[in-house]
Amino acid sequence: MERQEFSPGPIVKKKGQLYDNPEKKVEKINLIIDGKKVAAEKGMCILEAAHMNGIEIPSLCYLRHINEIGSCRVCLVEVEIKGVKTLQASCVYPATEGLVVYTSSPRVRRVRKTMVELLLSDHHRECTTCVRNLNCELQNIADNLGIRNIKYTGEMKTIPIQNQNSFIIRDYNKCIKCRRCEAICSKVQEVNVYSGINRGYDTVIAPAFMQDLSQVACITCGQCVIACPTASLTEKECLESVWEALEDQDKYVVVQTAPSIQVTIGEMFGYPVGTVVTGKLVAALRQLGFKKVFATDFSADLTIMEEASELLERLKNRNKLPLLSSCCPAWVKFAEHFYPEFLENLSTCKSPHEMFGALTKTYFAEKEGLDPGKIIVVAIMPCTAKKFEASRPEMGTANFKDVDWVLTTRELARMIRQAGINFHDLPDEDYDTPMGIASGAGSIFGSTGGVIEAAVRTAYYFSSGQEMDLLDYEELRGFSGLKEAWVKLKDQTIKIAIAHGTGNARVFLDRLKAGEQFDYVEIMACPGGCVGGGGQPIFGTREHKEISLDYRHNRADALNRIDYSKELRRAHENPAIKKIYSEFLKHPLSDKSKNLLHTYYTPRGKLPELNQGDIKGHVAGQVKVNMPPQDDRLIYQ
Amino acid sequence: MTFHGNKAVPEKQEITFLYKSHELPKSTQKEQQYEQLNRVIRQYSNEPGQLIRILVKAQEIFGYLPEEVQAYIAEKTETPVAEVNGVVTFYSLFATEPKGKNTLNLCLGTACYVKGAQELMNALKDRLGIDEGETTPDQLFTIRSTRCIGACGLAPVLMVNEEVHGKASINDIDKIIEKYRGKGEHFENSQH
Amino acid sequence: MNILKIRSIEDLKAIKTKYHPLIKQRLGHSNGLGLTQILVCSGTACSSSASQALLLELEKEIKLRGLENNVRLIKTGCFGFCQHGPIVVVHPGEIFYCRVKPEDAKLLVEAHLVNGKIIEKLLYREERTGAKTSQIAELDFFKFQKRIVLSNCGVINPEDIREYIARDGYFALAEVILNQNQEQIIDIIKKSGLRGRGGAGFPVGKKWELTAMQDVTPKYVVCNADEGDPGAFMDRSILEGDPHSVLEAMAIAGYCIGANKGYIYIRAEYPIAVNRLETAIKQAQKYGLLGENLFNSIFNFDIKLRLGAGAFVCGEETALLHSIMGQRGEPRPRPPYPAQEGLWGKPTLINNVETYANIPVIFRKGWEWYYGHGTATSKGSKVFSLAGKIKNTGLIEVPMGTTLRTIIFDIGGGIPGNKKFKAVQTGGPSGGCIPEKYLDLPIDYESLKETGSMMGSGGMIVMNDDDCMVDIARFYLEFTQDESCGRCTPCRVGTKRLLEILKRITAGNGEMEDLEILEELSYDIRDASLCGLGQTAPNPIISTLRYFKDEYIAHIRDKTCPAGVCKNLLEFVINEEQCIACGLCAKVCPAGAITRDPKQTYRINPEKCVKCAACMAKCPKQAISKGTVRPNKEVITDGATGIFTGSDSQEERATL
Repeated sequence: MERQEFSPGPIVKKKGQLYDNPEKKVEKINLIIDGKKVAAEKGMCILEAAHMNGIEIPSLCYLRHINEIGSCRVCLVEVEIKGVKTLQASCVYPATEGLVVYTSSPRVRRVRKTMVELLLSDHHRECTTCVRNLNCELQNIADNLGIRNIKYTGEMKTIPIQNQNSFIIRDYNKCIKCRRCEAICSKVQEVNVYSGINRGYDTVIAPAFMQDLSQVACITCGQCVIACPTASLTEKECLESVWEALEDQDKYVVVQTAPSIQVTIGEMFGYPVGTVVTGKLVAALRQLGFKKVFATDFSADLTIMEEASELLERLKNRNKLPLLSSCCPAWVKFAEHFYPEFLENLSTCKSPHEMFGALTKTYFAEKEGLDPGKIIVVAIMPCTAKKFEASRPEMGTANFKDVDWVLTTRELARMIRQAGINFHDLPDEDYDTPMGIASGAGSIFGSTGGVIEAAVRTAYYFSSGQEMDLLDYEELRGFSGLKEAWVKLKDQTIKIAIAHGTGNARVFLDRLKAGEQFDYVEIMACPGGCVGGGGQPIFGTREHKEISLDYRHNRADALNRIDYSKELRRAHENPAIKKIYSEFLKHPLSDKSKNLLHTYYTPRGKLPELNQGDIKGHVAGQVKVNMPPQDDRLIYQ
Repeated sequence: MTFHGNKAVPEKQEITFLYKSHELPKSTQKEQQYEQLNRVIRQYSNEPGQLIRILVKAQEIFGYLPEEVQAYIAEKTETPVAEVNGVVTFYSLFATEPKGKNTLNLCLGTACYVKGAQELMNALKDRLGIDEGETTPDQLFTIRSTRCIGACGLAPVLMVNEEVHGKASINDIDKIIEKYRGKGEHFENSQH
Repeated sequence: MNILKIRSIEDLKAIKTKYHPLIKQRLGHSNGLGLTQILVCSGTACSSSASQALLLELEKEIKLRGLENNVRLIKTGCFGFCQHGPIVVVHPGEIFYCRVKPEDAKLLVEAHLVNGKIIEKLLYREERTGAKTSQIAELDFFKFQKRIVLSNCGVINPEDIREYIARDGYFALAEVILNQNQEQIIDIIKKSGLRGRGGAGFPVGKKWELTAMQDVTPKYVVCNADEGDPGAFMDRSILEGDPHSVLEAMAIAGYCIGANKGYIYIRAEYPIAVNRLETAIKQAQKYGLLGENLFNSIFNFDIKLRLGAGAFVCGEETALLHSIMGQRGEPRPRPPYPAQEGLWGKPTLINNVETYANIPVIFRKGWEWYYGHGTATSKGSKVFSLAGKIKNTGLIEVPMGTTLRTIIFDIGGGIPGNKKFKAVQTGGPSGGCIPEKYLDLPIDYESLKETGSMMGSGGMIVMNDDDCMVDIARFYLEFTQDESCGRCTPCRVGTKRLLEILKRITAGNGEMEDLEILEELSYDIRDASLCGLGQTAPNPIISTLRYFKDEYIAHIRDKTCPAGVCKNLLEFVINEEQCIACGLCAKVCPAGAITRDPKQTYRINPEKCVKCAACMAKCPKQAISKGTVRPNKEVITDGATGIFTGSDSQEERATL
């Protein structure tokens, strides 16, 4: 064996930066993988070097820049280095000049198979009835490795499933301890809800005291669901309730789709990432039986009207600045838990789909002569946070909820399949009017920077009576975690900022706390904005498995293309919007608007609720949650 | 209450923390314990990585680490609660349940094992009617096993609270249980 | 009393000169001091055998007779003769007393101190010759040892820094700071051939060089005192008996690599060692040997203690670092190595306690002297903790290359009860069992690896025919499984599956395929695990399969346990001839398995018996014995009716 000197590359530590800096200098190196000479960049791990050259080494726990811990031991490879006798995890072992690597030698294949067999021996293998059937990374690796028989059978976990909340279900029995949920929650979102609890075989990756997510400071963003390779973390489905409503002759079911759905739902039917399938989406929804198919983009335009007006009002009075956007419910919950001092800076606007729901059950009901009690509003959303949001008491009145059911993109795809609809063969159809007419400004809500850009277009008009020349703010687009820019309105220049990923939001908010001045800030909880939301398609198939979050670029680009392609690009030019104001709301921030379209917030504290309510964590290993309280110290206020 | 449309809005939003430090509960013992804990946290907070030390001291103060104490420490040291709980459940030293008055800690290290420690453990479990890690209903005894304490020359070794009883036998166990049951208090004499 | 800080070699010399006469006497030189020194072993083992109470009694007796001015009582570190403690040595004369109880204090003072008589009954009787001897050096136990690291244990008071200085303590540090540079230090250590004593045996000089090379500050020096191997107490004894050697070495390391801060990570289960270290650190600080401007140079170095919290995996380098940083002790993949990125991302040097204890000696006596001990690949000496079925359990230090036979039979005194040697387990749960055919193997890192075991930290557990090797493998796997951190698949799930198979085998439910599965899975786990714990966890299985496969087969195919250990494969039998039908066994049986027909002796129903051995303990005639069941249902008992075997003397045997 040739002796190789190696100099290990630097550990990639990125805070506030989820995506590679394109200007980063790279040094090229060469290594030999499976007998082939390949080129790579210095500092890469072997897995990335192989990936760059079309060699796919199977992996489970690896997620670029987020989870690089080498713990699943599936990506093991053989390296020829003096003194190294065991197999090495290619996702953490640095690629160096001249390194000789074998990714598929008999030894590697045998050990890799053993690793997956061990994982399967501790996994509830109910694939046929599992949500991730046909889209599960573990399932695919097992199939690729040709595992037919698991020699190592023994004890399996039997922890009760936690499914009492409205947004995320946790099944510990399917967890493979890859720690991706922990990593994304701690490193990217910096919410720190998960940690390894207990030790050894009893390890679970859970919130403190193994409580339910609704009992701890979870912001419901669903990034952990996206990160989970198996069905350990899934969204709480409400398909059955929607089917029930659709089949109820008595009910008038209306559906609205979020701006990013039209560029992501195609992925669930095999279209490449970033394909615009708006027409087919509408057709599918109609076939499912929804009486009206509307677009949340419409109410996004409405949000712009309200929020731009709010911005100008605050700018005029110079109070409660910066204005913080509020259309992202996960960000709102984040603020309620961790930065309650900024609650008064939040825009009082509800998020677009809630505005939509409120208007449907008032304006639309009135117009169509319908009984609001019989209207069911279903929202197709890219996130799990909206599920929690819809259940908030302030989103609705005593008589009705603004939005009745929220389905994620994934759930809608399941419904379409359940109905036997062949998505590819669908014709292109248009949204219903009036609440389906939307400008390009509404569509770009779905990606980071979109909200602010859209709002600025309208704010300029409101403040000056003229249209803005520059419609495309290049500085505001792009995936850097934290962006700042100066924007010229007619008589003033405002300082705006954009953050996506709550980790970046923290950075920014701490700067605000330290005294920096800003005027208007858009914060999206999910990296990339809604295109990267917790309800979007997950890639776990054999043909398509992602080892990073980069694909969100393509989705955002698609939304921008939609914006460019539209003639109508400004919210205030939307005729349907103009009509709603003239007929119903009168003007932005009117009393009626405030009543229907605005809301308030609740500080929630960071600590978990202990031993209360009906939801109790399961007794596992050393952590016993059902301890009798020592005295009545548990205070609630 | 003001009205926002037809929704009731509470007048003032109070930040809800479960454990404000000036709002400690009535019982004096708990108050004192939390005061001690505050001191410990202050002492160690300026050094990095002292979470484990703080937890050890907290366990000395409270006898064990209930969820409230873990949450309190998380709040005061500005550490996520999940992380604190993760550390507590990782290390064997930490107990999340109260311990009995007397801890019978049997060494199951190799040397002791080879000299019959397993039989002693079985006898303990059998005599007290509880499993390892559990406490008797009368709160007098907790059975624990420990890793090697390094007194291998005296295997098998049983620790009763802090005292080491080397070359322990089943007879010794019976005697010890009798003594503590009779006295019902901490055993003073440490002679074997 | 004002303590002047030590600023130069002359200052050190002054203290040495003052205290050396005391030390000299303890080394066997009578120098007309007119002083008698009584050294009482105060290591954990002897302390738990009441050596501290003994000290108090001695003090009382001495006061009673007004002898305070002529007699000094000194607490000292572990002599290593733990089986026969508490140990007391009286100087002049180096008279070695063993098993001294507090009640003997009066006799000791009266007879020996006042009347100058040696107390026969407290002397050690050499098994081999049958003769009693009073001189340490003559005892077989000590004759074969080479105490380099332990040279101060049993000689100095670990709680007095001046005694350490009197034995040339801190002179090496002075020499290094005042007269040497980085390269020279590294050169000396490399040339000495010292290898890490924590288990892996990595060349120490190379590690120091790697860390010194890093161009990042600040750097850290860490001492791994998380001696987790059950049955190992070398590090504990060093820390209790000679803590300053470690402190000095860490300061030298700090000077060499460019670090100003040191951490000693010590497990919480070592309260005495923690105390001694705290005292030692305080004293060193007081004397200016730790802190700022050591020896008037610009070099600062200080040491802090960090306590473990009960996790064996924290003995692994990277897990230890995480624990120091207050996190879960989970290892991480390497590279990067701690030398490049350790504590808080900075270059960190981690070495074991025993490794550090070797450093001052190397500088004091020169690398050539050190190099002269040991074998070609493993230089110097090694401290071993002898435990298990051996007459003289305790702590020893021998040059590398000593054979197992010397250690077990000459030093250890052989197997008690005239039983036969079966195997010796080295390296703790990471090591393997070495059978009889390797008894003449000269011990070093490589030779032990070849047998399928490893040096490990130095634990040696001796086993005889009453030990079931399958059960031993199961025991170690249970330990490893419990201590696994849970991060990587092979260790988290793999060791669990291995343990399940072993449990099945020892319960009598094994299948022949299990052997193949055990072996394959063991090798795979070794190949795939993230850290040393997982990589070596299957070693006990691999090595027992290699040398004791017949035992496995007996358990599986014949459903017997040849050693008579695995309960499910045993039967308890009442000897008809000895039974007096008192019925005590039937009363105490928890399963109601003991009955008798009228006018007959009692019989145990094997179907109901839960093998708790309560009846065996209760029988006044010792008529109940356990034995292995042969396939033809014949029960072979070994006649021994004690539950606890492996000891011969009456007091050690379990009283039933």
